Amino acid sequence: MKPIIRVNNLSKQYLLGARREAPTTLRETVTGVMRSPLKSLKRNGHQDQMLWALKNVCFDVQPAEVVGIVGKNGAGKSTLLKILSRITEPTTGRIELYGNVGSLLEVGTGFHPELTGRENIYLNGSILGMSRAEIERKFDEIVVFSEIERFLDTPVKRYSSGMYVRLAFAVAAHLEPKILIVDEVLAVGDLNFQKKCLGKMNEISAEGRTVLFVSHNLTAVRRLCSRTIVIDEGIIIADGPTSEALRSYNDLMREKNVDEKTNMDKRLARAGCAVRFTGVSVGDDKDNEKWDFMSGDMIRIEVSYRAFETVSDLCIYFALRSGISGEVVTTVKQVISDTELASGYSGTAIIELPNVPLRAGDYDPYIWLGSINGQGFDVLDRDSVSLPHIAISSNATDPHLSAGYFSIPAHVTLR
Amino acid sequence: MLVSEATPAQREQQFKAPQFLLPEKPLVVIEASNAWVPVNVGDLWTYRELLFILAWRDLKVRYKQTVVGIIWIVMQPLLMTVIFTIFLGSLARVPSAGQVPYAIFVYAGLVLWTFFSGAISVGGQSLLGNSQLITKIYFPRLIIPCAVIVGRLIDLCISLALLAILMVCYRVPITWSILFMPIPLALTILLALGFSMLTAALNIKYRDVGIALPMLIQLWMFTSPVLYDVSLVPSRWQRIYALNPLVGILQNFRASLFGGIPFDWLALAIAVFITFSLLVYSAYAFRRADKSFADLV
Repeated sequence: MKPIIRVNNLSKQYLLGARREAPTTLRETVTGVMRSPLKSLKRNGHQDQMLWALKNVCFDVQPAEVVGIVGKNGAGKSTLLKILSRITEPTTGRIELYGNVGSLLEVGTGFHPELTGRENIYLNGSILGMSRAEIERKFDEIVVFSEIERFLDTPVKRYSSGMYVRLAFAVAAHLEPKILIVDEVLAVGDLNFQKKCLGKMNEISAEGRTVLFVSHNLTAVRRLCSRTIVIDEGIIIADGPTSEALRSYNDLMREKNVDEKTNMDKRLARAGCAVRFTGVSVGDDKDNEKWDFMSGDMIRIEVSYRAFETVSDLCIYFALRSGISGEVVTTVKQVISDTELASGYSGTAIIELPNVPLRAGDYDPYIWLGSINGQGFDVLDRDSVSLPHIAISSNATDPHLSAGYFSIPAHVTLR
Repeated sequence: MLVSEATPAQREQQFKAPQFLLPEKPLVVIEASNAWVPVNVGDLWTYRELLFILAWRDLKVRYKQTVVGIIWIVMQPLLMTVIFTIFLGSLARVPSAGQVPYAIFVYAGLVLWTFFSGAISVGGQSLLGNSQLITKIYFPRLIIPCAVIVGRLIDLCISLALLAILMVCYRVPITWSILFMPIPLALTILLALGFSMLTAALNIKYRDVGIALPMLIQLWMFTSPVLYDVSLVPSRWQRIYALNPLVGILQNFRASLFGGIPFDWLALAIAVFITFSLLVYSAYAFRRADKSFADLV
């Protein structure tokens, strides 16, 4: 089948800090212009101050495909989006687009705080590429979707941030391009609204439009995208079905988790805490370290800790949070000792979750060490030591059996 | 409540369902561009609605939360006229030209000048001021300075209407030469456009431009016959003086309105030449800078 997007050998080079030392005032450039021909030749000598944000990127996208693009911060995904949206030009290479593009690199692009909601719908709509007639046609729908009817004639600067985002997304959601480019818009708004956005994205892809979706949110990528491209340091390192691509992404992240270990070591060297974690691993019942599981698998979390002072009433608390909303999904608490532990004591806690009833998604472990009365000593989570997600996949094909977080035992009797 | 999200299997099915025909040739090709490619007029045409909506936004925002609102458009040149008539016309006795009273002579100059200075001072900052748009969405960047000019055209029309009223009040005789008025008017608009494009593009990379601009505008006002007549400039300086395109524009603008002021064809020719050269050069400079706007802003 003929692709709708064809990206061929795309590269983008940025000048690093050197740019600031290069002429930026008129006077410097005026003198620079005199030597202009020499200077442009010399530029090759500055290779080391150049950064290839993207290097020889090639891929095709078929019509109606929903493609996820994932990578760490600074991997080049935003650059790719900016080039695809024609905001910045590539240094070399070529992209052919066989359909009109709508890009949402943020919600509410061009919103003016002084203008009313109504005026901003027109303004934002035109900026996103809708014609006036098109906006008029969809106006009522947009208003209903945004749930701000009452404030339609209030300047946007008086809106709450939630209302602002809802209005902005409502306009964007009514774009009808053949190719839609979306960047992290789901990172905003409350949980209900995020769900609404995800639903809308599903709808868009069901209509047969092509979507490129860039996100850190692996859960959302897993839900929405059939194919995923993983970018690291400007190069595509994986491109294929989402489950496979995300596996190599997780592998990549794990390799990068040497970081995590050094982080951990640094924490060990740090003074101040009475008790500290000294290690963590997540794996299956056969003791293989892994972070992705199927629903119903056994998950085994092993943490070791060490006391540096005499402490009493030590307890450990373990929680799983939703990777998408941060809500706590479940908790486990265990008292390690209700008596005094001598300084130098070290131990290991093994938390086993047999037949884990979690549904497909990403879950962030949160492990806390403290005293029974609530005084905290140490925490392991995504923010403190960049623990990876625990990724759960499932074979459930019925969407009614993949919503929510848990499969609960249920007996249904029909009479 | 059930959130029905499609499962992989369902999505597979969806892919096969809706199909539309893809065009033979790509709609858009994205490549490193060449500055010598002329301005893409077709692209500008596609985005014409955005041009007007941005102009409308500028106008709307400018007079939002003001008490008298749109009346400010008339007040600005009118108050200036009163001030200059009192201080320059009556106290300093700056002569008018022809048989027109100084007040209306200076108002005519101020109509064009208020438009021009307003347009270039906002126009020069326009790209930087809209950096939020430039870094987030594609549209022809040229639309931004163009929208500033279009937005200011409304002001220009209103103050021109007031000029007509004043001319009737002051019983200034209207002659056929008024048919010539659109030419200096159009030149003012084009000059403002060319200048705005250039300064806006330069200002992205060299913020010096934005700082120097207000001073330059002051200087430009005094080196143009806004408050005084061209005849005040010594004749040996006239040639150099006319290199300022506003000299030819203002002189001929007044000549078309008021009897007794001669047309200056040479100055007009110079103004036409400079305006169009500036436009072409600005368009080229703008195109050249265009590709790095998003990276530099």
